Amino acid sequence: MFGLNKKDSILMIAVAALALLAPFILNIFPNDSALAFFNAGYPDLMQRFVIFGIFAIGFNLLFGLTGYLSFGHAAFLGVGSYAAVWMFKLLNYNVVPAIVLSIVVAAAFSLVIGYISLRRSGIYFSILTLAFAQMMFVTAYSDLLGRWLGITLTNGETGLQVYNDDPQILLGNGPNVPHLFGLEMRAKEVWDIGPWEFTLPVGYYLCAVLMLASFYLAIRIFRSPFGLMLRAIKSNQTRLNYTGLNSKPYTLAVFVISGMYAGLAGGLLACMDPLAGAERMQWTASGEVVIMTILGGAGTLIGPILGSGAIKYLENVFSKLNEGLLHDWFGFMPDGLEGALVWVVSKFTGEGWHLTLGGLFMLVIIFLPGGLVEGGNKIRSWIQNRTGRGSPPADTASTPAE
Amino acid sequence: MSILEVQNVNKSFGGLKALQNVNLKVEEGTIHAIIGPNGAGKSTLLNCLVGKLTPDTGSVTFDGVSLLGKKPYEINQTGVSRVFQTPEIFGDLTVYENVLIPCFGKRDGSFEMNALMSVNSQKDIRAKAEQMLEDVNMADKREMRASSLSRGDKRRLEMAMCLAQDPKLLLLDEPTAGMARADTNNTIALLAEIQERRHITMAVIEHDMHVVFSLAQRISVLAQGTVIVEDLPENIKGHPKVKEAYLGGAH
Repeated sequence: MFGLNKKDSILMIAVAALALLAPFILNIFPNDSALAFFNAGYPDLMQRFVIFGIFAIGFNLLFGLTGYLSFGHAAFLGVGSYAAVWMFKLLNYNVVPAIVLSIVVAAAFSLVIGYISLRRSGIYFSILTLAFAQMMFVTAYSDLLGRWLGITLTNGETGLQVYNDDPQILLGNGPNVPHLFGLEMRAKEVWDIGPWEFTLPVGYYLCAVLMLASFYLAIRIFRSPFGLMLRAIKSNQTRLNYTGLNSKPYTLAVFVISGMYAGLAGGLLACMDPLAGAERMQWTASGEVVIMTILGGAGTLIGPILGSGAIKYLENVFSKLNEGLLHDWFGFMPDGLEGALVWVVSKFTGEGWHLTLGGLFMLVIIFLPGGLVEGGNKIRSWIQNRTGRGSPPADTASTPAE
Repeated sequence: MSILEVQNVNKSFGGLKALQNVNLKVEEGTIHAIIGPNGAGKSTLLNCLVGKLTPDTGSVTFDGVSLLGKKPYEINQTGVSRVFQTPEIFGDLTVYENVLIPCFGKRDGSFEMNALMSVNSQKDIRAKAEQMLEDVNMADKREMRASSLSRGDKRRLEMAMCLAQDPKLLLLDEPTAGMARADTNNTIALLAEIQERRHITMAVIEHDMHVVFSLAQRISVLAQGTVIVEDLPENIKGHPKVKEAYLGGAH
């Protein structure tokens, strides 16, 4: 179907179903039940799931296929956001030009940075991309380029946003919030079914459709001769050289494609909430996408989506937990024990959620180097062994991270 | 007519003169063996041919084109393929995918770049890759991960990858090193067959005299960085200079 083999078609349909039904799946617990805390069906969070999914899918094309670990990918996300907000400031709030420009600008930046960084491989490549990203972060944070040009380009630490006196030459009578030809991004449909409440936001569905398109493109790249070539680059560059093939055009091409995915993600972030800040480009943001990809399973198709979903979901749950809630949960225990437990757990929740993330990441790296996908495969083969269906051939689509 | 011409090549590493005034002519359509004791400079010479090293002085001409200063992939594009002493293959890929890579790549170095076309939809390339695997008797292993092959199979896979490029000159660096006798004989038969059927010129570095004398039509003997004798195999066998080089001194 659509040029995919059977296995990939099933994967594509499964992801599409999950994405389109997410508002229902993520609000599985009735609204007033005790477990409603674990619901994730809010527009803001669902949008982040798919946007960071796009970011991680793109990152995985570079890292998963070629093994080049870029440590500055958030820079492209950041320029994507800035480009989108500039489109809002100059034209109007239609998201189409904003998204197009964010992809184009990210492509231009990744072409230049990739051209220079890809002169080296391994750790040197990672350091070069990190250096570029930090330079861009500082430039944006202090608006160095804008000050030099005598204009407001990134608006420094305040962040770039749309003001009433911006040109917005095409605004006319159009909506004053991001919209798709009149369809406002923040509009939503709320369905009350019994005790459940489901929210279907317009913005989420735009992001979800774009994520599915990105995912489809990624599958095609994985299965194409170009993808084969990229895996060959990861495997043995010496042999490639002695086969008459220069790896650089291929790595540069995939670096730019990957940068465009990041730009799209950044543009979408700005479309959902029309402001752009420098902190999106900081190295911690770059590190986050590395963690997402590895946690899910680098080099696999579904891994980055799982990884970004898992991290964004856990981030939401853990950072929402506060001491009051913990006291409620552990209230059934004797007082002393309850106090102690709450004291310990509270260090890992709220602002301390990064401690949890760090621990989780270490566990995955040590016990499941292939990420959640490897975990899934292990469970599946364990079940198949138990039910006596014999051991199936290992999933060749998954290459564990090194 | 000689297809590869090496003239007065010198190469030193610090104070060590690895190659001194080496001259070599490989005739088109023949198998030329380069033999010599350990440390004679055989691998250095090969590295100078494929662009891994650049000679200090002298010239290397292939098919009328100078190879000096060219990058390895540019030299390969002129028609020189190399089989390494330790097989250089794509270990993470399957055997079949390994052979697909040179089948997709074209002589001028461009790659069949239809980024959205699936690998499996390109029938002629698949057929060629399958034929290559048949030629080296590896069709039954096509779905195996290349890194899990035995050493002999890795070498045969590497040969298949080089042959898929239709090279004008095939350089083989100890093609039978570390192989069992049966595998060695298979490799000899394979190389002889390829040479007979496709008339590919080959330069072989080899320690195993059984291989050398079964295959070579001409032999150069390298010792201490210089070619001491170049002649037909039957003249090499009892040559006093060769004996001296291998056994050392006048005994």
